[in-house]
Amino acid sequence: MLTIKNLHASVEEGAEILKGLNLEVKAGEVHAIMGPNGSGKSTLASVLAGKDGYEVTEGSVDFDGADLLDLEAEDRAKEGLFLAFQYPVEIPGVSNVNFLRTAMNEIREYRKEDKLSAKDFLAKVKVASNLVELNDKLSGRSVNVGFSGGEKKRNEIFQMAMLEPKLAILDETDSGLDIDALRIVSEGVNKLRNKDNAIILITHYQRLLEYIQPDFVHVLSDGKIIKTGGKDLALELEERGYDWINEEIAQ
Amino acid sequence: MEVVVDNKVLEFVADFKKPEASSEVRKQAMAALSGMDFPTTRVEEWKYTRVAKYVKRKYKQVQATVNVEDYTIEGLDAHELVFVNGYFDEAQSTIKDDDAVSIQKIEELNEEYYSDVVDGTEENVFSLINKAYQTGGVSVVVKKNKKAKHPIHLIHVVDGEELIANTRHFVHLESGSKAEVVATFHSKNSTNSFTNVALEGHVESNASLTINKLQTEAKDVLHISNEFFVQDEGSNFLINTITTGGILTRNGLDVIVEGENCHTEMNGAYLGTENQHIDNHTIIDQLYSNCTSSELYKGVMDDKSSGVFNGKVIVRQDAQKIEAYQSNKNILLSKGANVYSKPELEIYADDVRCSHGSTIGELDEEAVYYLRSRGISEANARQLLVAAFIGDVLEKVENEALRAYIDKLFLTDFGWEF
Repeated sequence: MLTIKNLHASVEEGAEILKGLNLEVKAGEVHAIMGPNGSGKSTLASVLAGKDGYEVTEGSVDFDGADLLDLEAEDRAKEGLFLAFQYPVEIPGVSNVNFLRTAMNEIREYRKEDKLSAKDFLAKVKVASNLVELNDKLSGRSVNVGFSGGEKKRNEIFQMAMLEPKLAILDETDSGLDIDALRIVSEGVNKLRNKDNAIILITHYQRLLEYIQPDFVHVLSDGKIIKTGGKDLALELEERGYDWINEEIAQ
Repeated sequence: MEVVVDNKVLEFVADFKKPEASSEVRKQAMAALSGMDFPTTRVEEWKYTRVAKYVKRKYKQVQATVNVEDYTIEGLDAHELVFVNGYFDEAQSTIKDDDAVSIQKIEELNEEYYSDVVDGTEENVFSLINKAYQTGGVSVVVKKNKKAKHPIHLIHVVDGEELIANTRHFVHLESGSKAEVVATFHSKNSTNSFTNVALEGHVESNASLTINKLQTEAKDVLHISNEFFVQDEGSNFLINTITTGGILTRNGLDVIVEGENCHTEMNGAYLGTENQHIDNHTIIDQLYSNCTSSELYKGVMDDKSSGVFNGKVIVRQDAQKIEAYQSNKNILLSKGANVYSKPELEIYADDVRCSHGSTIGELDEEAVYYLRSRGISEANARQLLVAAFIGDVLEKVENEALRAYIDKLFLTDFGWEF
């Protein structure tokens, strides 16, 4: 589904952050990307989602046959990519539900599908908001305005449930969540997981991976994936930190 | 001091039809005009609004008629009063059965009463031209302790090139009464025409007046309006001014609060494109204690358009316990657009709660990206954010039929959906 080859990216007119990253994600898989601060985790998420301010200097990203890096941010979403933001923005005056309706209709138009009826849309809102225990009031309010940290993250997963992406990238979705919110968010993600979609979890901590079991754990360090393993690797990282991997490589 | 060599104002009005001399109000206005000049940008009140090239032109007064159905607002169910090029088009107007309201031609307004109400107010050259040479308008009286059964829709149309429309209205709410006025401004084939309108009124004690003004004239019309109101004790005055039309628009709004326990509210939304210039000047003069006022003006300026907001609240020495809020927020959508914002408080009393604020910014790019990342095109993302920004002013228009009309207008003119 997603094939990243030798990806190099830098901040516009700045330092190189991704330095030859390779990653292959297949349908039905969950990949966790872990790594210390400044290793390039969030840059990877931003580059994949098409955020301005980054320059790809080398490499390619194939997303189900499409050249991902050639697409505008909105067209990446229309092709089925979703990013759950680490810091979701507040948008006063734009209602959560209204903007999702606009988004879903645009996506359907792009895929040459029929518009969603108001009834079907509302039914979907109900299912999706139940999934992350986001009450109806919040889904109707302005996007993230007055939401607590946990509510913002739940709102990201609510949107993911509405948009049903092929590939979802969750950027530090666990950060700032208390144990209850973490459980709700994780259970939501697990219910959305199926054989046709894939998930990339970007995280600092192993604790998220206790709730969402990954098929692969990758260690990102200085802009490259330096080690890949199964879910046990995360436990080892939690216990031993990251330095041993570098030492291992040096040997 | 400036010496006026040749009087440009008298030159400007020279070809206008000489009105009958029986009106004292007209006579006084004419006399005042002979000593006046048009404002230049050296005058503080007109610093950012340059009228020189417009007042050099000659304008004709031409009576005409239109088809009222082109301007009717569906579902408004209003008294419809039509004014074409400044003339009252009685044949196209409809006054419904309403025992709370009496509508007559502006000539029927009692001049003694009028002069007494407006005593001591400041006039400007445009309001005086209107007063001296007005060609039509209505005097509306809403009767004591009654509520108008229908909104009063004042439909103004400029039809033709190089015309001047001097329309003049007076709205009188007797004590305890309530009414809504909807004033709309339209144009067709109106290149280089000039709407010079005056809307005045008196809101007596415990009466409540709502005005919704919608200016959608073509972007080749000069629009200057002078709105002047006096509020008595316990009264409510609310005006929503929505401006999308005109090449140069000046909304001059002046409310004198002459009693305690009054509430004054002014809201405005202005949307500029191309070379439009939109100027909102407001004054609220608080003379008595225990009154509240609130102002919210929001502008969205694109292309090379410019906006001006100058809102002044005066709290006189004896006016204690006044609460006055003023806010002006603007979004610039292009590098060529600009806004001059000047909220002013002039406070002579010592126990008041007043605040004012003003912002000029761009759309939040983080928010644009967030919406795009969900599959919304950049153009639609910007539209959603602009609509959200201006939406809270449009929310102040409570009349549903009018609100639907405005929403439709925004969708057709700007492609903005609410």
